[in-house]
Amino acid sequence: MTLATAPDGAGITPGAGARLGTVLSRLVRRPLALFGLAVIVIVVLAAVFAPLIAPFPPDEQLFEGLTLEGAPLPPDSTFLLGTDLLGRDLLSRLLYGARTSLIIGIVANGIAVAIGAMVGVSAGFFGGIVSGVLMRFTDLMMAFPALLLAIVLAAIFQPSLWIVALVIAMVNWTQIARVTYTETRSLAERDFVEAESAMGAGRTRILFRHIMPHLLPTIMVWATLGISTTVLLEATLSYLGIGVRPPIPSWGNIIFESQTYFTTAPWLVFFPGVAIILLALGFNLVGDALRDILDPTQKGRY
Amino acid sequence: MAAYLLRRLIQAALILLGVTFITFVLLYILPADPARQIAGRSATAETVNNIRIQLGLDQPLYVQYGRYLDGLLHLDLGRSYLQKTEVTTLIASRLPATLLLMLGAIVCELAIGLTMGLFAAIRRGGRIDQTLMVISFVAVSAPQFVVGILLLYVFAVYLGWFPIGGYGSFSHLVLPAITLGILGAGWYSRMMRSSMIDVLRQDFIRTARAKGLKPTTVMAVHAMPNAILPIIAMIGIDIGYFMSGIVVVESVFGWPGIGQLAWQAIQRVDIPIIMGVTLVSAFAIVIGNLLADLIAPLIDPRIKLR
Repeated sequence: MTLATAPDGAGITPGAGARLGTVLSRLVRRPLALFGLAVIVIVVLAAVFAPLIAPFPPDEQLFEGLTLEGAPLPPDSTFLLGTDLLGRDLLSRLLYGARTSLIIGIVANGIAVAIGAMVGVSAGFFGGIVSGVLMRFTDLMMAFPALLLAIVLAAIFQPSLWIVALVIAMVNWTQIARVTYTETRSLAERDFVEAESAMGAGRTRILFRHIMPHLLPTIMVWATLGISTTVLLEATLSYLGIGVRPPIPSWGNIIFESQTYFTTAPWLVFFPGVAIILLALGFNLVGDALRDILDPTQKGRY
Repeated sequence: MAAYLLRRLIQAALILLGVTFITFVLLYILPADPARQIAGRSATAETVNNIRIQLGLDQPLYVQYGRYLDGLLHLDLGRSYLQKTEVTTLIASRLPATLLLMLGAIVCELAIGLTMGLFAAIRRGGRIDQTLMVISFVAVSAPQFVVGILLLYVFAVYLGWFPIGGYGSFSHLVLPAITLGILGAGWYSRMMRSSMIDVLRQDFIRTARAKGLKPTTVMAVHAMPNAILPIIAMIGIDIGYFMSGIVVVESVFGWPGIGQLAWQAIQRVDIPIIMGVTLVSAFAIVIGNLLADLIAPLIDPRIKLR
């Protein structure tokens, strides 16, 4: 942290891109962050190599995957995590479901971060009426309960994978807008920005050379934490039956399809449930550690 | 204070007006045609058209919005398309159940969260601290429907300690309240921990210890109240999380509140109900945030009013 020189004590590390290696090495020294990172890597590998690892095609309704009475099978040596109500292999569906979670987690969150950062930076940098309009709109969107808003949006647009990602992005950008707004405002008032503008630097130069780089650590932290929120929201929407629709497997819709049978086939809820928790936990742990490493002053509720 | 209060109230009112506009626009562009929904599949085009005129759906947008706002001023949220009942009546009849559930959730999140945070702070850096903080991370990473279904399985189906769902007695409340409160408990335990650590570092605690007070007295009388107060001020903000949570929790446990009402309405495209619940939720959130903003400076005079 030798570069954190802000005189008013807000320790912000510049040049996060160049210091990625340092950040990573500090990250893996924390046991919890390392665990989180490991979970993420495993899920990414599972998603990428799903076709190679999966013992069965995810959509194939196997004859031997059901009992004679037509009930799903509990975990055994053939079906490691059991089968679902249609006799499909649960492990294979979970592996393919990892793709859904990650795609939505990354796409939806990427869009949310882009919108949020754009709104927050513009409002913080330009101030005045721009800031007034943008931040009041952000306040307005924050007044809606995220899930209800997502439900309404999902009901309007017939959900496909990408629509679900878009819906989640439209609900989730507000937090990052607020954070980048506050951060940009405090940066814009700093002495070094003033000095720069006294030396004759244009506004564009100040924005891109002096403010944006300082925002990167904050954005990185919130982008990581945001993936966790996104994964949970996707799972919840899919569980309610308005997110990713079957037959595309998603950890949420696997539970949605089988919830009424959870007393007789608890593995159909347990394994996808654990998968969701682990992935969200992984991003939360890494995000929290990143916040400690990159931006020690920003400890708070969110 | 009065000027600040006035400004915050005006701000809240404007946000609420914006909320009504957005809900209106969102639901107006719902592709499913409500008139056809009500009339049923076999209805003739004429019947559908009559219903459309009856409901005022043939009027231009701004007329509909104006009528809607006018109704709101008289607490009139419109009439359910399918149940033929006033939405206000439906929400009012289900609100007690939701409020009870939220109250239970607040008790759970405070009881669990504050206790965990307290012990973590006292044993700061130790194994207990680490374990508790891992638990708090799991709590904020677990989707409510998974928590709900797992609790149902273990405590209702397997152990049989609580009913599988429904409403009526205290034992019906326990599992849904825990499910709704667990997320908050995770946040509160982390806040309580850092708040407690903050307080324990301060001079008056050192003075209390130097006076020779027993460690438990220092904790219970001097440290804890000061650590808890700023956290209590944040309960208002929880309403946002609760309003999302009730849709899931109430549908998992068959709890007859407004979350379940909204969920049923969404499946039947009963627009006035969805709008009503969304509006009521947004009102609750805006008022909750307003309260949190107003209470915080009362509790901690160092917070400046802006």
